[in-house]
Amino acid sequence: MGGYAGYVWSAYGITLAVMIANVWAAYRYHAKWRERALEEGMAKISGRQPRVKKIS
Amino acid sequence: MHIFLLILKRDLRLAFRRWNELATSLLFFIIIASLFPLASSPEISQLRDYGGAVLWISALLSSLLALDGLFRTDAEDGSMEQLVLSPAPLGVIVLAKITAHWIVSGVPLLLVAPLLALSFYLPLEALPVFIAAIALATPILSVLAAIGAALTVTLRGGGAIIGLLMLPMMVPVLVFGTWATEAAVQGDNPNGALLLLASLAILSVSLGPLAAAGAVKVAME
Amino acid sequence: MGFMHWFYSLASPPHVYRLAGRACPWFAGLAGVFLVAGAYGGLVLAPADYLQGDGFRIIYVHVPSAYLGMLAYVLMATSAAIGFIWRMKMAHGLAVSAAPLGAWFTFLALVTGGIWGKPMWGTYWQWADARLMSELMLLFLFLGYIVLRESFDDREKADRISAILAVVGVINVPIIHYSVEWWSTLHQGPTIAKLDEPSITMDMLIPLLFMLIGFTAFFGWLLCKRLQGEILNREKRTRWVQELIRGASA
Repeated sequence: MGGYAGYVWSAYGITLAVMIANVWAAYRYHAKWRERALEEGMAKISGRQPRVKKIS
Repeated sequence: MHIFLLILKRDLRLAFRRWNELATSLLFFIIIASLFPLASSPEISQLRDYGGAVLWISALLSSLLALDGLFRTDAEDGSMEQLVLSPAPLGVIVLAKITAHWIVSGVPLLLVAPLLALSFYLPLEALPVFIAAIALATPILSVLAAIGAALTVTLRGGGAIIGLLMLPMMVPVLVFGTWATEAAVQGDNPNGALLLLASLAILSVSLGPLAAAGAVKVAME
Repeated sequence: MGFMHWFYSLASPPHVYRLAGRACPWFAGLAGVFLVAGAYGGLVLAPADYLQGDGFRIIYVHVPSAYLGMLAYVLMATSAAIGFIWRMKMAHGLAVSAAPLGAWFTFLALVTGGIWGKPMWGTYWQWADARLMSELMLLFLFLGYIVLRESFDDREKADRISAILAVVGVINVPIIHYSVEWWSTLHQGPTIAKLDEPSITMDMLIPLLFMLIGFTAFFGWLLCKRLQGEILNREKRTRWVQELIRGASA
């Protein structure tokens, strides 16, 4: 690639890495709040507080 | 108009009672500017090169400091709620507060900055342009810092976050201010930069208080 | 009548949740196809540039990243403004979802811009480049929005205060951009200080268009996914959410 190979591939590589990381993060975000919603539902049934809201 | 003058007089009176806060921001300006020669070099040639930049950055930073207390003290003692509830347009009230603050902190800066500029070997011929640029810039900086203060009025430890929020928005002032200064120093025409500063000043003074008022209203909800 | 009906339907969380969920696979598919095609076109098919050789191929990731950063900010500010004016939680939710994505794309634009700069200017970072500088300021604007949101405990206050910040920011973005551009033309060194786009021919342009579409679809995909998470966050105590997740896991 005319000596620019290192630069081009690292640019594409970082882009790909950040994209994949963002996909993972977005799906994790969705999953996390689904779990929390389930906890809320459980707590309502059993009457306990699932998570204490942090006081700051 | 009446409410504007009323709030202006009230804030000026309060400010003069708390003159120590305003002296602080002015001294802050002087101290920051003074640190630069210590950090690099006091040689005339170097000072002349970065003197303009130093003064402009110091002005930006001290404007952030000066306006943190603009809404905070009123919010804390409850007078802010009264102002929000009053039938007068909040934008006008906020503009009055910003004006009072500018009179008390921006104007002293306007008087001190030229002296400091001369100490950085700014050529005398460039001084009028420099003063004009600072005169146009300080209202813009006051409005921007006021927006930042309004956004963060209910937060603890406001100072640094105002900087994070508003410094990017102050970049144009920095760019045009130093551009005008540089142009004056090198004998070029500074009018383009000065006109740009003037239009930014008009834009920010007319729209900024609305944004700040909106933020204060939300904060007081 | 039809438009207003559609517009107000967007205020309904379960409706938006379903919409986002259905949109995700479409965006993902579109992204996959166009990104792969665009990357192949950019890396293999497009001819090497006369001046920059193969180095210019970085344009195919740099320009879409920068463009998406800007798009994300405008989207964020617009939906935050809509949320503020019409008190629509879903609009605020969209703004929240767009912010981290926009920040990452802007970060990518900066990094790929720096990597591009190394063979062009000799350094990874060039303060004199107007585009890099205004992209840096855009990144700070995103981070400021995110940090400000985090500082509030009350979600509605966080929404509305950061909406004001976003709108003030979006007005400033073109001002900052032009001021920095003027500044950089003043300070341009003897070497090429700008990330010079090579004179573009058609076979260089098409992969770029593909990448732009691909990146945008990718953004849309993750925006919908994040929005779904955000809706669950805001609505976790409601019956529709409980029924939804109970039904899904049953």
